[in-house]
Amino acid sequence: MSLTRQTAWRAPSRHFVAQNSTTLLALVILVFSVVAYLVLYYQSLGHFPDQYDLTTIIDTALPLAWVGLGQTIVVVTRGLDLSVGGVMSVAVALAASRMHDVGTMILWCVIVLLVGAFAGFVNGVLVAYAKLAPILVTLATLSIFEGIALVVLPQPGGQIPVGLTNVLTNPGHPYALIYLFLILGIWSVFRRTSLGTAIFATGNDETAATANGINVARATLAAYVLSGLFAAVAGLFVAAQTTAGDPGAGNPFVLTSIAAVFLGGATIFGGRAHALGTVCGALVLTLIVSVLFYANVNQLYQAMYEGLLLILAVLLGILVGKLARTSR
Amino acid sequence: MSEAPVDSRTGSGSERARREAAVVSPERHPVALGGQGSSRSSVGVEARDIHKSYGPVRAVEAANFAARFGEVHALVGENGAGKSTLIKILCGVARPDSGAILVRGQEASFSGPLQAQRAGIGTVFQELTLMRWMSVAENLLINVPPRGFGGLISRRKLPELGAEVLAQYGLERIDPRALAADLSVADQQLIEIVRALQRRPDILFLDEPTAALSETEVDWLFSLVRDLRDNGVCTVFTSHRWREIETVADWITVFRNGRDVGTARTMDEDEAIQLMTGRTLERIFPKPPAVPESQPALRVKDLVADGVRSVSFEIRPGEILGIGGLAGHGQRQLFLSLFGAHKVSGGTIEVQGRRKRIRKPLDAIRSGMGIALVPEDRKSEGLFMPMSVRDNLSLAQLPALSRFGLIRWGKERASVGKVIRTLAIRSAAPTRDRVSAMSGGNQQKVLIGRWLATDAQILLLYDVTRGVDVATKQEIYQLIVEQAAAGKAVLFFSSETEEMAHLCQRVLVLREGRVNAELTGDDVQADQIVAAAMKDRSQ
Repeated sequence: MSLTRQTAWRAPSRHFVAQNSTTLLALVILVFSVVAYLVLYYQSLGHFPDQYDLTTIIDTALPLAWVGLGQTIVVVTRGLDLSVGGVMSVAVALAASRMHDVGTMILWCVIVLLVGAFAGFVNGVLVAYAKLAPILVTLATLSIFEGIALVVLPQPGGQIPVGLTNVLTNPGHPYALIYLFLILGIWSVFRRTSLGTAIFATGNDETAATANGINVARATLAAYVLSGLFAAVAGLFVAAQTTAGDPGAGNPFVLTSIAAVFLGGATIFGGRAHALGTVCGALVLTLIVSVLFYANVNQLYQAMYEGLLLILAVLLGILVGKLARTSR
Repeated sequence: MSEAPVDSRTGSGSERARREAAVVSPERHPVALGGQGSSRSSVGVEARDIHKSYGPVRAVEAANFAARFGEVHALVGENGAGKSTLIKILCGVARPDSGAILVRGQEASFSGPLQAQRAGIGTVFQELTLMRWMSVAENLLINVPPRGFGGLISRRKLPELGAEVLAQYGLERIDPRALAADLSVADQQLIEIVRALQRRPDILFLDEPTAALSETEVDWLFSLVRDLRDNGVCTVFTSHRWREIETVADWITVFRNGRDVGTARTMDEDEAIQLMTGRTLERIFPKPPAVPESQPALRVKDLVADGVRSVSFEIRPGEILGIGGLAGHGQRQLFLSLFGAHKVSGGTIEVQGRRKRIRKPLDAIRSGMGIALVPEDRKSEGLFMPMSVRDNLSLAQLPALSRFGLIRWGKERASVGKVIRTLAIRSAAPTRDRVSAMSGGNQQKVLIGRWLATDAQILLLYDVTRGVDVATKQEIYQLIVEQAAAGKAVLFFSSETEEMAHLCQRVLVLREGRVNAELTGDDVQADQIVAAAMKDRSQ
């Protein structure tokens, strides 16, 4: 009964490369960035970066990687979460004003995570059930959450317990590297749950997902809840690094989190993304600052170069993706 | 096997008990059902007096339908007859406005396709429902993925299990690791079928599963369907190929205008076609004018495009040329190609004796005599719903109404006013009335009016009467005939074959992208057109 149209199975490695081309491209870009960083660092200082430099880079990249993880999940559903900056600001403000000792630190860590998830829940309900455009909803809630951060902590200040800094940053030793692997671990668990499948199916094709019995609205809602939750985690990491509170601390992450996701090879059309790419994107965006610094580029032009890099990476991603899938 | 019509309302007590047992039975495997000889010929799924409207369009009206276990039941009818809508209702994708669904004799109400799946209903939809950026294995096993450590989905086992499923159905040649997007349309359709089957439904809907398949693949499908029937599965199947229906169906139900008009064990093709087209007496069609001898307005030679395989024809001013056939046989692509909205890969188009290259709609609008396309999908392809009637009417002729890039309001008002009067568009304030607030019939008139205002000499009218009320239809018929009498060349497609039969002096019937037949003469009959569309000339 078998049909006689014969095609041999393609080699698994080729499938892997073809289907993950944009994520692999993000890895390649990361390798290039690391090489550029090492070369320029050596040229200007005469020695290679030490543990301190490594720790600093990882510490700086971590909040971006966390918020990027949530952003990736939202992008998979064809959405965009601009409110992550506001959630991070609220998290920093709460941490700086409410944490005093170990007890309050643990309590408020939990509360901050719940607040983040709730913020995501609000976004999710508006997007999934009220059917409002994600960009509109999250632009509005970004302003609202920023306002809440200012109410919680009207002026920069407050004090972050040393304990939090010790746990989340580990100055002097690159232990914080494990958090990057934790992000990848969370992603790979997420990808192996029914929820992960539902979110990816939703991003692929909502009608098809519905026809396959997937609750599209619930999957979309869950994506925003996760995004809010991980933005709150990112906020705690920012607080741990700065050791003092700034109610506007989350602002820069609105656009960089999106940049990290697309630098990491996700597509805005949904259904395709990988946290490994986003983590690479976050590291590249962090390294590029040092690269530009050691290349003696005026700091004023830094954002311009980041923008150029993003466009190049996305163009390259499309090109590589096309080549990988047509050269079979 | 009982031949008597089954009426579950009068089922005996013991029979009812057995059905209830079937509902709660955890074992829904068709083989298990086949084991009980008595469960054959009991009704698997039934629709009673189902109504469903989409806006002003009545898709299904007072439809009744029942299919039994152990039998293949074919649903036939023209496009838009309501077959697909009925299937969507029965498998939980759409909700009926009124009426009852019975599954195994018990009333069921599905809140979504998942509930229907849990009740043992499997569906292969007309539109593909694969997740394009997921692998074949992920698609096949989306509801039943292999679980591994800690209850997590094992992504390593996915391709293995996918390969097993494919092998079960004799599709070893398809790689379970390939992305669905990378498969051919036929292979995607096969995956779609396998996905529905491996959930082991005991009620199976196949909505035009063969449209994309080759003959070998159709044979493959039918041998599977026969196996399922022998194992007691209730299969409902739609197709536009009569040969397939004859081959596989135990029962045939004909649908027309949203309702069932006949059910029989066997049916002759001519009989079915007569039932499908019916006679709509309430409509009076105006007589098309005689075609004056002249040079063709449009000459198409060996046109090839995706979906169109070498189509040639000529159309003269004053002629209404019907492009008939079942939907999906290249009519839409032909119309879009002539308008520059569909990529043409070969052949020539001559407008008034001059060769033209039409690569985008702007070329068509400008090409000498002007070609205008009125599409069927008002909302997505034609009208700008939030814009005013005036803006919608003047859109296609803005260059003619403008000077130095500015629209001349007086000229625009005059032009728009003329169109509104000609077409009797009901709009009190054309500058303020939004098209979105108008009735379907009025909207359609606005769309036709836009292109009449451009003074195009070649009108491509694609299913313009779809979803339009009877009165407006009448006005549109009159308008088409008037336009032809005024010397315009009209290319006309309608999903209501009756319209083409009456309004066109000549009808070309397309099948699989080619001209299958040409019907001329004063009395082209609707059933002739349908017969020409169903019959494979190569057979």
